[in-house]
Amino acid sequence: MDRLLFGDNQFFGINHMSEEKARAQAMRFQKTDAIMDVLDVAHDEGIRTFMCTTHDRITEVADRVRADPARYADFRFYPCMPYAHKYANAVTDHGMVGALRHFMPSDGVLSTALTGGRALATKEVDGIARVLIDMEMKMFDGLQTPVIFLQNVFTDLLLGMGFTRALRIFHDHVVTKYGVEPAFITMNMPMLLEALEKEGIERPIICANINKIGFRMSGGFDAYLDALKSGRVRAVAMSVYASGAIPPDEAIHWISELPGVESIVFGASSAANIRGTKALVDKYMGAPA
Amino acid sequence: MDQKVRIGVVGLGKMGLSHFAMVNAHPKVETIACDGAGFMVDVLGRNIDNTIYRDYDTMLDSERLDAVVIATPSRLHAPMTTAALERGLHVFCEKPFCLDWADSERLTQLAADKARVAQVGYHYRYVGAFREMKRILDTGALGRITHVLAEAYGPVVLRPKRGNWRSQKSEGGGCLYDYAAHPLNLLNWFFGSPAQVSGSVLTPIFSEGIDDQVMATLGWDGGPAAQLSVNWSDESHRKMTTRITMIGTNGRIFADRQECQVYLRAPDPGLPGYGAGWTVKYTTELTEDPWFYLRGEEYSAQLADFIGAVADGQGKAVENDFASAAQTDRTMAMLIENAETGQPVGAPPVTARPTPARKRGWFARKA
Repeated sequence: MDRLLFGDNQFFGINHMSEEKARAQAMRFQKTDAIMDVLDVAHDEGIRTFMCTTHDRITEVADRVRADPARYADFRFYPCMPYAHKYANAVTDHGMVGALRHFMPSDGVLSTALTGGRALATKEVDGIARVLIDMEMKMFDGLQTPVIFLQNVFTDLLLGMGFTRALRIFHDHVVTKYGVEPAFITMNMPMLLEALEKEGIERPIICANINKIGFRMSGGFDAYLDALKSGRVRAVAMSVYASGAIPPDEAIHWISELPGVESIVFGASSAANIRGTKALVDKYMGAPA
Repeated sequence: MDQKVRIGVVGLGKMGLSHFAMVNAHPKVETIACDGAGFMVDVLGRNIDNTIYRDYDTMLDSERLDAVVIATPSRLHAPMTTAALERGLHVFCEKPFCLDWADSERLTQLAADKARVAQVGYHYRYVGAFREMKRILDTGALGRITHVLAEAYGPVVLRPKRGNWRSQKSEGGGCLYDYAAHPLNLLNWFFGSPAQVSGSVLTPIFSEGIDDQVMATLGWDGGPAAQLSVNWSDESHRKMTTRITMIGTNGRIFADRQECQVYLRAPDPGLPGYGAGWTVKYTTELTEDPWFYLRGEEYSAQLADFIGAVADGQGKAVENDFASAAQTDRTMAMLIENAETGQPVGAPPVTARPTPARKRGWFARKA
């Protein structure tokens, strides 16, 4: 993994500080051109990994990248799936079973199984999960996706319920079908690490909030540091600036001295902020692991 | 209590699943689940260690529970809460509490008689920015609040569609119970029960038979007038947005899930750290990390308070007790009656005396 990954919250009206700012960003990035302009700035700065939700609009970004292989020869996506709102809406509209059926191939055995109203066999549940993953991956056909993440709301819901076998299904399918690295986003890193190890997943790639002031590091700041120091996790740090609460230089310097952090993911919409973070990461973190 | 608290989570729908995950992840809790519907129970039954019941009464009969978390369709809240309290269990119930406010008041009394922790899931009272709003309001630093705007918008019903329980009024569906309940509950927290509700509009947009938008005017004795503006057919919002704006004689305050903005005309000794002009505080700085984060600190925090109160034998809820939720149920009933009859419900609010003008000389004195 590269040291610095570019995130996508800013493109989709997600801002943890202000609804007003979020709306201004949603307006600014309505056109894919505006997203591409920012991605190009990042790319020209040498940031070649775009860690992005499988939001419908990413389809357009993927199309642009596919259309210009010369310019984007080294461009890679780290998809983060699923885009939860799509499913939440489908569940509201069609109910849980109806929503799943909606997403299955209409003539397949899985759709039939869901229609039957009987209890699903374990292998059918696994099959449904695999179809859902493949569906999310469609937009990246022919593009580089060396790491595939499970989104935090899903990871953490499964983790909280103790349905960790689903994390294993995701892991195995990503390895077997795509031949790339599975990874997990979470707001509860210490608890997730333990659960993944119990599922037999060693040294997982985990993306979580890691910042000097312990902002949204559920399970406790010390437990995070212990996990990082133990060498049992390959971490991608997000919220390193804690939504602006930590000065950039101090934030990156602190992260750079942590063992176990391989990458930082950050979002920015201005060239100055992109260049600023890139310069700090080069200064303190140097070459990729 | 050193032993684990044993909690049954009832209803594994959208809210129930996330409650189940948060309760189940709590280190002090042993969790049992219960849901009537087949699919989720099937899948979870084969994949998690917890016992899952398909029938509520069977669960109550078979398990030695301390408490239940009820996240079923709203119509079932009253009977399920009654059954739990009668067995001496503590209850956390999703909002809205009861569709008939008489049930809410009866259950408030029952919970008090039995000294049970009885809480309702109005999670906005656990959002840092709204807590700060409440704190500031209680200091009186804003002077006399006269003018309030309470809003909620989001993308729930965007086209005509097949119904589930949320689209049936008798089941507790509709924008009033689902969305408007939140800003109304915050208004109850800030100002108590309104004296009068008028101008209520509960109208469908895409739905049949239920409201997709809600508007009303509320007045409090000696307190402000508030405008309620709620619409769950607004696609421009990514998810539900709730915001409250107030104007007082010494300034203005605004809060939503992310931030609390205050404008003070003059600083107030009761509110240190807030000078004249604007001060903005963010939920991120007003919130502590929970033991387990799923979808916002407030969801974890309300359950943490509930579990803590049960474990410590406090005998009552820390926040959002049944009485406070009953107040909101009653306020919603006022809106419904007002919308149906067209007549204002309640007595015209006794207006507060205007802030007396400072003596400014001979002419002012004479007036």
